[in-house]
Amino acid sequence: MSKEQKEREPLFSTKNIKLLTTPLNLSNPITVQVLGICSALAVTAKLMPAIVMSISVMVVMAASNVVISLLRNGIPPRIRIIVQLVVIATMVILVDQVLKAFVYDVSKQLSVFVGLIITNCIIMGRLEAFAMGNKPWPAFLDGIGNALGYGLILVVIAFLRELFGSGTIFDFRVIPQGFYDFGYVNNGLMILPPMALITVGVIIWIQRYYTRELIEEN
Amino acid sequence: MYTNGYIFRYAAIMVIIAAALLSLAAVLLKPFQERNMAIEKMGGILASAEVEGVETANTIELFNRFVVEELVVDKDGNAAPYKDGKMEDGPAFKIDMKKELYKKSKGEAFHLPIYLINKDGKTVYVLPLRGTGLWGPIWGNIALKEDFNTVVGVTFDHKGETPGLGAEITTAAFCDQFVGKTIFGDDGHFMSIMVVKGGAQKLPQNMQIHGVDAISGGTITSDGVNAMIKDVLSAYLPYIKKQRAQ
Repeated sequence: MSKEQKEREPLFSTKNIKLLTTPLNLSNPITVQVLGICSALAVTAKLMPAIVMSISVMVVMAASNVVISLLRNGIPPRIRIIVQLVVIATMVILVDQVLKAFVYDVSKQLSVFVGLIITNCIIMGRLEAFAMGNKPWPAFLDGIGNALGYGLILVVIAFLRELFGSGTIFDFRVIPQGFYDFGYVNNGLMILPPMALITVGVIIWIQRYYTRELIEEN
Repeated sequence: MYTNGYIFRYAAIMVIIAAALLSLAAVLLKPFQERNMAIEKMGGILASAEVEGVETANTIELFNRFVVEELVVDKDGNAAPYKDGKMEDGPAFKIDMKKELYKKSKGEAFHLPIYLINKDGKTVYVLPLRGTGLWGPIWGNIALKEDFNTVVGVTFDHKGETPGLGAEITTAAFCDQFVGKTIFGDDGHFMSIMVVKGGAQKLPQNMQIHGVDAISGGTITSDGVNAMIKDVLSAYLPYIKKQRAQ
Protein backbone atom coordinates (compact mmCIF):
# COMPACT_ATOMS: atom_id res chain seq x y z
CA MET A 1 0.00 0.00 0.00
CA SER A 2 1.34 3.39 -0.93
CA LYS A 3 1.55 6.15 1.59
CA GLU A 4 -0.67 8.39 -0.44
CA GLN A 5 -3.50 5.94 -0.34
CA LYS A 6 -3.17 5.47 3.39
CA GLU A 7 -3.82 9.15 3.87
CA ARG A 8 -6.94 8.99 1.79
CA GLU A 9 -8.38 5.97 3.51
CA PRO A 10 -7.14 3.89 6.45
CA LEU A 11 -6.44 0.21 5.70
CA PHE A 12 -9.23 -0.97 7.93
CA SER A 13 -11.80 1.75 7.44
CA THR A 14 -15.43 1.02 8.24
CA LYS A 15 -16.04 0.45 4.56
CA ASN A 16 -13.21 -2.05 4.32
CA ILE A 17 -14.26 -3.87 7.47
CA LYS A 18 -17.71 -4.18 5.96
CA LEU A 19 -16.17 -5.98 2.98
CA LEU A 20 -14.95 -8.61 5.40
CA THR A 21 -18.06 -8.93 7.53
CA THR A 22 -21.07 -8.65 5.22
CA PRO A 23 -20.30 -11.92 3.40
CA LEU A 24 -20.41 -13.68 6.75
CA ASN A 25 -24.08 -12.95 7.13
CA LEU A 26 -25.96 -10.43 4.98
CA SER A 27 -24.49 -11.46 1.63
CA ASN A 28 -23.24 -14.93 2.49
CA PRO A 29 -22.20 -16.64 -0.74
CA ILE A 30 -23.86 -19.93 0.15
CA THR A 31 -26.92 -19.12 2.20
CA VAL A 32 -27.92 -15.80 0.63
CA GLN A 33 -26.50 -15.82 -2.88
CA VAL A 34 -26.84 -19.63 -3.08
CA LEU A 35 -23.54 -20.06 -4.94
CA GLY A 36 -20.93 -22.77 -4.55
CA ILE A 37 -23.50 -25.31 -3.35
CA CYS A 38 -21.89 -28.12 -5.35
CA SER A 39 -18.67 -28.14 -3.36
CA ALA A 40 -20.54 -27.43 -0.11
CA LEU A 41 -22.31 -30.74 -0.57
CA ALA A 42 -19.34 -32.69 -1.80
CA VAL A 43 -16.53 -32.02 0.66
CA THR A 44 -18.40 -31.65 3.95
CA ALA A 45 -18.70 -35.27 5.07
CA LYS A 46 -15.67 -34.68 7.34
CA LEU A 47 -14.29 -31.50 8.93
CA MET A 48 -10.72 -31.80 7.72
CA PRO A 49 -11.44 -31.74 3.96
CA ALA A 50 -13.96 -28.94 4.51
CA ILE A 51 -11.35 -26.78 6.22
CA VAL A 52 -8.68 -27.49 3.62
CA MET A 53 -11.22 -26.72 0.92
CA SER A 54 -12.12 -23.42 2.60
CA ILE A 55 -8.48 -22.43 2.88
CA SER A 56 -7.86 -23.36 -0.75
CA VAL A 57 -10.84 -21.29 -1.86
CA MET A 58 -9.63 -18.42 0.29
CA VAL A 59 -6.16 -18.46 -1.27
CA VAL A 60 -7.55 -18.72 -4.79
CA MET A 61 -10.18 -16.06 -4.22
CA ALA A 62 -7.90 -13.51 -2.54
CA ALA A 63 -5.08 -14.03 -5.03
CA SER A 64 -7.23 -13.87 -8.15
CA ASN A 65 -9.12 -10.87 -6.80
CA VAL A 66 -5.84 -9.01 -6.28
CA VAL A 67 -4.43 -10.02 -9.67
CA ILE A 68 -7.59 -9.06 -11.55
CA SER A 69 -7.83 -5.81 -9.60
CA LEU A 70 -4.23 -4.94 -10.54
CA LEU A 71 -4.92 -5.72 -14.18
CA ARG A 72 -8.38 -4.18 -14.26
CA ASN A 73 -7.47 -1.14 -16.34
CA GLY A 74 -5.65 -3.16 -19.00
CA ILE A 75 -8.03 -6.06 -19.48
CA PRO A 76 -9.81 -5.79 -22.84
CA PRO A 77 -13.54 -6.04 -21.99
CA ARG A 78 -14.18 -8.41 -24.87
CA ILE A 79 -11.98 -11.14 -23.39
CA ARG A 80 -12.35 -10.28 -19.71
CA ILE A 81 -14.12 -13.54 -18.78
CA ILE A 82 -11.33 -15.52 -20.43
CA VAL A 83 -8.70 -13.49 -18.58
CA GLN A 84 -10.52 -14.09 -15.29
CA LEU A 85 -10.72 -17.80 -15.98
CA VAL A 86 -7.03 -18.04 -16.85
CA VAL A 87 -6.15 -16.32 -13.57
CA ILE A 88 -8.46 -18.54 -11.53
CA ALA A 89 -7.32 -21.71 -13.29
CA THR A 90 -3.66 -20.86 -12.73
CA MET A 91 -4.24 -20.25 -9.02
CA VAL A 92 -6.25 -23.45 -8.64
CA ILE A 93 -3.61 -25.59 -10.32
CA LEU A 94 -0.95 -24.02 -8.10
CA VAL A 95 -3.02 -24.76 -4.98
CA ASP A 96 -3.68 -28.30 -6.18
CA GLN A 97 0.04 -28.92 -6.76
CA VAL A 98 0.95 -27.55 -3.34
CA LEU A 99 -1.68 -29.73 -1.65
CA LYS A 100 -0.38 -32.79 -3.51
CA ALA A 101 3.13 -31.99 -2.34
CA PHE A 102 2.44 -31.25 1.32
CA VAL A 103 -0.92 -32.68 2.42
CA TYR A 104 -1.22 -35.66 0.12
CA ASP A 105 -3.87 -37.55 2.12
CA VAL A 106 -6.26 -34.61 2.21
CA SER A 107 -5.59 -33.86 -1.42
CA LYS A 108 -6.65 -37.41 -2.26
CA GLN A 109 -9.87 -36.98 -0.31
CA LEU A 110 -10.66 -33.71 -2.05
CA SER A 111 -9.73 -35.32 -5.39
CA VAL A 112 -11.54 -33.52 -8.19
CA PHE A 113 -13.08 -30.86 -6.01
CA VAL A 114 -9.92 -28.79 -5.80
CA GLY A 115 -9.89 -28.70 -9.58
CA LEU A 116 -13.55 -27.77 -9.51
CA ILE A 117 -12.78 -24.59 -7.55
CA ILE A 118 -12.24 -23.21 -11.06
CA THR A 119 -15.95 -23.50 -11.70
CA ASN A 120 -16.96 -22.21 -8.27
CA CYS A 121 -19.37 -19.41 -9.14
CA ILE A 122 -18.42 -17.41 -6.05
CA ILE A 123 -14.95 -16.70 -7.40
CA MET A 124 -16.05 -15.73 -10.91
CA GLY A 125 -18.84 -13.69 -9.36
CA ARG A 126 -16.52 -11.70 -7.10
CA LEU A 127 -14.02 -11.06 -9.90
CA GLU A 128 -16.71 -9.79 -12.24
CA ALA A 129 -18.71 -7.88 -9.63
CA PHE A 130 -15.97 -6.49 -7.42
CA ALA A 131 -12.36 -6.89 -8.48
CA MET A 132 -12.94 -5.47 -11.99
CA GLY A 133 -13.94 -2.13 -10.47
CA ASN A 134 -11.97 -1.79 -7.23
CA LYS A 135 -8.44 -1.26 -5.98
CA PRO A 136 -6.31 -4.26 -4.95
CA TRP A 137 -6.61 -3.84 -1.17
CA PRO A 138 -10.42 -3.73 -1.03
CA ALA A 139 -10.47 -6.54 -3.60
CA PHE A 140 -8.21 -8.61 -1.37
CA LEU A 141 -10.48 -8.01 1.64
CA ASP A 142 -13.53 -8.82 -0.44
CA GLY A 143 -11.95 -12.11 -1.48
CA ILE A 144 -11.02 -13.03 2.08
CA GLY A 145 -14.46 -12.00 3.34
CA ASN A 146 -16.36 -14.05 0.82
CA ALA A 147 -14.10 -17.05 1.35
CA LEU A 148 -14.70 -16.73 5.11
CA GLY A 149 -18.45 -16.64 4.52
CA TYR A 150 -18.15 -19.73 2.35
CA GLY A 151 -15.81 -21.48 4.78
CA LEU A 152 -17.99 -20.68 7.78
CA ILE A 153 -20.98 -22.47 6.27
CA LEU A 154 -18.78 -25.36 5.09
CA VAL A 155 -17.34 -25.86 8.55
CA VAL A 156 -20.76 -25.73 10.23
CA ILE A 157 -22.17 -28.29 7.80
CA ALA A 158 -19.11 -30.51 8.08
CA PHE A 159 -19.22 -30.34 11.88
CA LEU A 160 -22.84 -31.48 11.97
CA ARG A 161 -22.34 -34.14 9.31
CA GLU A 162 -19.23 -35.61 10.89
CA LEU A 163 -20.74 -35.54 14.38
CA PHE A 164 -24.01 -37.23 13.49
CA GLY A 165 -22.80 -39.22 10.51
CA SER A 166 -19.60 -40.73 11.89
CA GLY A 167 -19.74 -39.80 15.58
CA THR A 168 -16.33 -38.16 15.30
CA ILE A 169 -14.78 -34.69 15.17
CA PHE A 170 -11.50 -34.46 13.23
CA ASP A 171 -11.61 -38.28 13.27
CA PHE A 172 -11.58 -38.36 17.08
CA ARG A 173 -14.47 -40.30 18.55
CA VAL A 174 -16.60 -37.87 20.57
CA ILE A 175 -19.78 -39.85 21.05
CA PRO A 176 -18.98 -42.19 23.94
CA GLN A 177 -19.15 -45.94 23.49
CA GLY A 178 -21.91 -46.05 26.11
CA PHE A 179 -24.33 -44.40 23.68
CA TYR A 180 -23.72 -47.14 21.15
CA ASP A 181 -24.24 -49.79 23.81
CA PHE A 182 -27.64 -48.25 24.44
CA GLY A 183 -28.53 -48.71 20.80
CA TYR A 184 -27.49 -45.32 19.37
CA VAL A 185 -26.45 -45.61 15.73
CA ASN A 186 -24.63 -43.15 13.50
CA ASN A 187 -26.97 -41.64 10.97
CA GLY A 188 -25.63 -42.95 7.68
CA LEU A 189 -27.83 -40.50 5.78
CA MET A 190 -25.74 -37.61 7.13
CA ILE A 191 -22.75 -38.89 5.14
CA LEU A 192 -24.68 -38.61 1.88
CA PRO A 193 -24.97 -35.34 -0.09
CA PRO A 194 -28.79 -34.97 0.27
CA MET A 195 -28.45 -34.38 4.01
CA ALA A 196 -25.88 -31.65 3.32
CA LEU A 197 -28.47 -29.90 1.19
CA ILE A 198 -31.05 -30.22 3.95
CA THR A 199 -28.50 -28.92 6.46
CA VAL A 200 -27.90 -25.90 4.22
CA GLY A 201 -31.66 -25.38 4.15
CA VAL A 202 -31.88 -25.49 7.93
CA ILE A 203 -28.99 -23.02 8.24
CA ILE A 204 -30.75 -20.64 5.83
CA TRP A 205 -33.94 -20.97 7.87
CA ILE A 206 -32.18 -20.18 11.14
CA GLN A 207 -30.24 -17.31 9.56
CA ARG A 208 -33.41 -15.73 8.17
CA TYR A 209 -35.16 -16.12 11.47
CA TYR A 210 -32.51 -14.03 13.19
CA THR A 211 -31.71 -11.65 10.31
CA ARG A 212 -34.91 -9.85 9.45
CA GLU A 213 -33.27 -7.74 6.71
CA LEU A 214 -33.04 -10.83 4.56
CA ILE A 215 -36.77 -11.45 4.45
CA GLU A 216 -38.34 -10.27 1.21
CA GLU A 217 -41.39 -7.96 1.20
CA ASN A 218 -43.67 -10.43 -0.51
CA MET B 1 -10.39 1.63 -27.74
CA TYR B 2 -8.93 -1.87 -27.52
CA THR B 3 -7.72 -2.92 -30.95
CA ASN B 4 -7.66 -6.52 -32.07
CA GLY B 5 -3.89 -6.38 -32.03
CA TYR B 6 -3.89 -5.32 -28.39
CA ILE B 7 -6.29 -8.13 -27.48
CA PHE B 8 -4.12 -10.72 -29.19
CA ARG B 9 -0.94 -9.41 -27.61
CA TYR B 10 -2.62 -9.28 -24.21
CA ALA B 11 -3.89 -12.85 -24.50
CA ALA B 12 -0.56 -14.18 -25.73
CA ILE B 13 1.49 -12.57 -22.98
CA MET B 14 -0.99 -13.64 -20.31
CA VAL B 15 -0.89 -17.26 -21.46
CA ILE B 16 2.90 -17.32 -21.58
CA ILE B 17 3.15 -15.95 -18.03
CA ALA B 18 0.61 -18.46 -16.75
CA ALA B 19 2.41 -21.33 -18.48
CA ALA B 20 5.78 -20.28 -17.08
CA LEU B 21 4.37 -20.04 -13.55
CA LEU B 22 2.75 -23.45 -13.72
CA SER B 23 5.80 -25.17 -15.19
CA LEU B 24 7.97 -23.66 -12.49
CA ALA B 25 5.62 -24.90 -9.77
CA ALA B 26 5.44 -28.36 -11.31
CA VAL B 27 9.24 -28.66 -11.45
CA LEU B 28 9.80 -27.33 -7.94
CA LEU B 29 7.13 -29.46 -6.27
CA LYS B 30 7.84 -32.68 -8.12
CA PRO B 31 10.28 -34.20 -5.56
CA PHE B 32 7.74 -33.74 -2.75
CA GLN B 33 4.92 -35.21 -4.79
CA GLU B 34 7.00 -38.22 -5.82
CA ARG B 35 7.93 -38.80 -2.20
CA ASN B 36 4.24 -38.87 -1.30
CA MET B 37 3.50 -41.32 -4.07
CA ALA B 38 6.34 -43.58 -2.95
CA ILE B 39 4.99 -43.50 0.60
CA GLU B 40 1.55 -44.41 -0.66
CA LYS B 41 2.99 -47.32 -2.64
CA MET B 42 4.87 -48.59 0.43
CA GLY B 43 1.71 -48.22 2.50
CA GLY B 44 -0.21 -50.36 0.02
CA ILE B 45 2.44 -53.08 0.07
CA LEU B 46 2.45 -53.18 3.87
CA ALA B 47 -1.34 -53.05 4.11
CA SER B 48 -1.79 -56.01 1.76
CA ALA B 49 0.40 -58.11 4.06
CA GLU B 50 -1.86 -56.96 6.93
CA VAL B 51 0.95 -55.15 8.73
CA GLU B 52 -0.75 -53.09 11.42
CA GLY B 53 -0.22 -49.53 12.57
CA VAL B 54 0.83 -48.10 9.22
CA GLU B 55 0.46 -44.32 9.09
CA THR B 56 1.82 -41.75 6.69
CA ALA B 57 4.46 -40.65 9.19
CA ASN B 58 5.94 -44.08 9.90
CA THR B 59 5.44 -45.80 6.54
CA ILE B 60 9.03 -45.50 5.35
CA GLU B 61 10.43 -46.78 8.63
CA LEU B 62 8.02 -49.73 8.74
CA PHE B 63 8.67 -50.52 5.09
CA ASN B 64 12.39 -50.74 5.67
CA ARG B 65 11.82 -52.85 8.77
CA PHE B 66 9.24 -55.36 7.51
CA VAL B 67 10.40 -55.84 3.94
CA VAL B 68 13.34 -58.20 4.25
CA GLU B 69 14.02 -58.83 0.58
CA GLU B 70 13.02 -57.66 -2.85
CA LEU B 71 12.98 -59.83 -5.95
CA VAL B 72 12.99 -58.89 -9.61
CA VAL B 73 11.38 -61.71 -11.55
CA ASP B 74 11.71 -62.20 -15.31
CA LYS B 75 9.33 -63.96 -17.65
CA ASP B 76 11.05 -67.33 -17.24
CA GLY B 77 10.65 -67.20 -13.49
CA ASN B 78 14.26 -66.38 -12.61
CA ALA B 79 14.54 -64.10 -9.62
CA ALA B 80 17.23 -61.55 -8.87
CA PRO B 81 17.27 -60.92 -5.10
CA TYR B 82 18.09 -57.66 -3.38
CA LYS B 83 18.75 -57.93 0.32
CA ASP B 84 21.26 -55.39 1.52
CA GLY B 85 20.74 -51.70 1.76
CA LYS B 86 17.58 -49.74 2.11
CA MET B 87 14.52 -51.43 0.68
CA GLU B 88 13.14 -48.17 -0.66
CA ASP B 89 16.19 -47.86 -2.90
CA GLY B 90 15.91 -51.41 -4.20
CA PRO B 91 15.60 -52.12 -7.93
CA ALA B 92 12.22 -53.82 -7.45
CA PHE B 93 10.71 -50.73 -5.87
CA LYS B 94 11.69 -48.63 -8.89
CA ILE B 95 9.94 -50.89 -11.39
CA ASP B 96 7.07 -49.25 -13.24
CA MET B 97 4.35 -51.91 -13.50
CA LYS B 98 2.64 -50.10 -16.35
CA LYS B 99 5.73 -50.23 -18.55
CA GLU B 100 6.55 -53.84 -17.71
CA LEU B 101 3.02 -55.07 -18.38
CA TYR B 102 3.05 -53.18 -21.67
CA LYS B 103 6.26 -54.98 -22.61
CA LYS B 104 4.58 -58.25 -21.69
CA SER B 105 1.61 -57.48 -23.93
CA LYS B 106 4.10 -56.87 -26.76
CA GLY B 107 5.73 -60.23 -26.09
CA GLU B 108 9.00 -58.63 -25.00
CA ALA B 109 11.12 -59.48 -21.97
CA PHE B 110 9.76 -57.95 -18.78
CA HIS B 111 10.67 -57.71 -15.10
CA LEU B 112 8.25 -57.71 -12.20
CA PRO B 113 8.83 -56.95 -8.52
CA ILE B 114 8.09 -59.14 -5.51
CA TYR B 115 8.41 -57.96 -1.92
CA LEU B 116 9.18 -60.43 0.85
CA ILE B 117 7.72 -59.31 4.13
CA ASN B 118 8.67 -60.94 7.41
CA LYS B 119 5.53 -61.11 9.48
CA ASP B 120 5.63 -62.98 12.79
CA GLY B 121 8.52 -65.10 11.55
CA LYS B 122 6.75 -66.15 8.37
CA THR B 123 7.47 -64.82 4.91
CA VAL B 124 4.66 -63.14 3.03
CA TYR B 125 5.10 -62.55 -0.71
CA VAL B 126 3.57 -59.31 -1.97
CA LEU B 127 2.93 -59.03 -5.71
CA PRO B 128 1.90 -55.64 -7.10
CA LEU B 129 -1.04 -55.57 -9.53
CA ARG B 130 -2.07 -53.17 -12.24
CA GLY B 131 -4.96 -53.13 -14.67
CA THR B 132 -7.78 -51.05 -16.06
CA GLY B 133 -11.08 -50.11 -14.48
CA LEU B 134 -13.94 -48.15 -16.00
CA TRP B 135 -12.51 -44.64 -16.14
CA GLY B 136 -8.80 -45.22 -15.75
CA PRO B 137 -6.11 -47.42 -14.28
CA ILE B 138 -6.63 -49.52 -11.16
CA TRP B 139 -3.81 -51.06 -9.19
CA GLY B 140 -3.10 -52.82 -5.94
CA ASN B 141 -1.15 -55.55 -4.20
CA ILE B 142 -1.87 -59.17 -3.43
CA ALA B 143 -0.04 -60.86 -0.57
CA LEU B 144 0.45 -64.63 -0.67
CA LYS B 145 1.55 -67.09 1.99
CA GLU B 146 4.70 -69.17 1.62
CA ASP B 147 2.70 -71.85 -0.22
CA PHE B 148 2.14 -69.29 -3.04
CA ASN B 149 -1.49 -70.27 -2.93
CA THR B 150 -3.35 -68.74 0.01
CA VAL B 151 -4.09 -65.03 0.00
CA VAL B 152 -3.00 -63.10 3.10
CA GLY B 153 -4.59 -59.86 1.99
CA VAL B 154 -5.09 -57.45 -0.87
CA THR B 155 -5.27 -53.73 -1.42
CA PHE B 156 -6.72 -51.88 -4.37
CA ASP B 157 -6.59 -48.32 -5.50
CA HIS B 158 -7.80 -46.45 -8.53
CA LYS B 159 -7.36 -43.25 -10.42
CA GLY B 160 -10.96 -42.21 -10.85
CA GLU B 161 -13.56 -44.95 -10.52
CA THR B 162 -17.13 -43.88 -9.74
CA PRO B 163 -17.50 -42.96 -6.05
CA GLY B 164 -19.93 -45.29 -4.30
CA LEU B 165 -19.79 -47.85 -7.11
CA GLY B 166 -16.48 -48.86 -8.68
CA ALA B 167 -14.52 -46.89 -6.10
CA GLU B 168 -15.78 -49.34 -3.46
CA ILE B 169 -12.94 -51.71 -4.45
CA THR B 170 -10.73 -49.83 -1.99
CA THR B 171 -13.00 -50.56 0.99
CA ALA B 172 -12.22 -53.15 3.63
CA ALA B 173 -15.58 -54.81 2.95
CA PHE B 174 -14.43 -55.71 -0.56
CA CYS B 175 -10.78 -56.45 0.18
CA ASP B 176 -11.44 -58.63 3.24
CA GLN B 177 -13.27 -61.14 1.06
CA PHE B 178 -9.96 -62.13 -0.51
CA VAL B 179 -8.33 -63.25 2.73
CA GLY B 180 -7.90 -67.02 2.83
CA LYS B 181 -8.90 -67.57 -0.81
CA THR B 182 -6.58 -69.70 -2.94
CA ILE B 183 -5.28 -69.14 -6.43
CA PHE B 184 -4.61 -72.78 -7.35
CA GLY B 185 -7.21 -75.54 -7.71
CA ASP B 186 -6.93 -78.92 -5.97
CA ASP B 187 -5.36 -80.38 -9.10
CA GLY B 188 -2.70 -77.67 -9.13
CA HIS B 189 -4.26 -75.66 -11.97
CA PHE B 190 -3.95 -71.88 -11.82
CA MET B 191 -7.44 -70.58 -11.06
CA SER B 192 -6.73 -66.93 -10.17
CA ILE B 193 -9.42 -65.31 -8.01
CA MET B 194 -12.69 -64.61 -9.69
CA VAL B 195 -14.71 -61.51 -8.92
CA VAL B 196 -18.19 -62.89 -9.48
CA LYS B 197 -21.14 -60.74 -10.44
CA GLY B 198 -24.13 -61.84 -8.37
CA GLY B 199 -21.97 -63.30 -5.62
CA ALA B 200 -19.45 -66.06 -5.14
CA GLN B 201 -22.14 -68.46 -3.97
CA LYS B 202 -23.22 -68.75 -7.61
CA LEU B 203 -20.06 -70.76 -8.24
CA PRO B 204 -20.00 -74.54 -7.79
CA GLN B 205 -19.17 -75.60 -4.23
CA ASN B 206 -15.55 -76.57 -4.95
CA MET B 207 -14.90 -73.29 -6.77
CA GLN B 208 -16.07 -70.93 -4.06
CA ILE B 209 -12.63 -70.84 -2.50
CA HIS B 210 -11.48 -69.04 -5.68
CA GLY B 211 -14.30 -66.50 -5.87
CA VAL B 212 -15.37 -63.23 -4.23
CA ASP B 213 -18.50 -61.09 -4.62
CA ALA B 214 -18.37 -58.34 -7.22
CA ILE B 215 -19.67 -54.84 -6.47
CA SER B 216 -23.27 -54.08 -7.42
CA GLY B 217 -23.33 -51.24 -9.92
CA GLY B 218 -19.59 -51.52 -10.41
CA THR B 219 -19.56 -54.25 -13.03
CA ILE B 220 -16.84 -52.91 -15.27
CA THR B 221 -14.54 -52.08 -12.34
CA SER B 222 -15.20 -55.55 -10.86
CA ASP B 223 -14.42 -57.16 -14.21
CA GLY B 224 -11.29 -55.01 -14.31
CA VAL B 225 -10.18 -56.33 -10.92
CA ASN B 226 -10.91 -59.87 -12.07
CA ALA B 227 -8.86 -59.43 -15.25
CA MET B 228 -6.09 -57.60 -13.42
CA ILE B 229 -5.55 -60.39 -10.88
CA LYS B 230 -5.63 -63.04 -13.58
CA ASP B 231 -3.33 -61.25 -16.02
CA VAL B 232 -0.73 -60.08 -13.55
CA LEU B 233 -0.59 -63.34 -11.61
CA SER B 234 -0.15 -65.27 -14.83
CA ALA B 235 2.85 -63.06 -15.56
CA TYR B 236 4.31 -64.21 -12.24
CA LEU B 237 3.27 -67.82 -12.89
CA PRO B 238 6.64 -69.16 -14.10
CA TYR B 239 8.27 -67.98 -10.86
CA ILE B 240 5.39 -69.17 -8.67
CA LYS B 241 5.40 -72.61 -10.32
CA LYS B 242 9.15 -72.94 -9.78
CA GLN B 243 8.71 -72.12 -6.10
CA ARG B 244 5.79 -74.51 -5.70
CA ALA B 245 7.74 -77.32 -7.36
CA GLN B 246 10.49 -77.08 -4.77
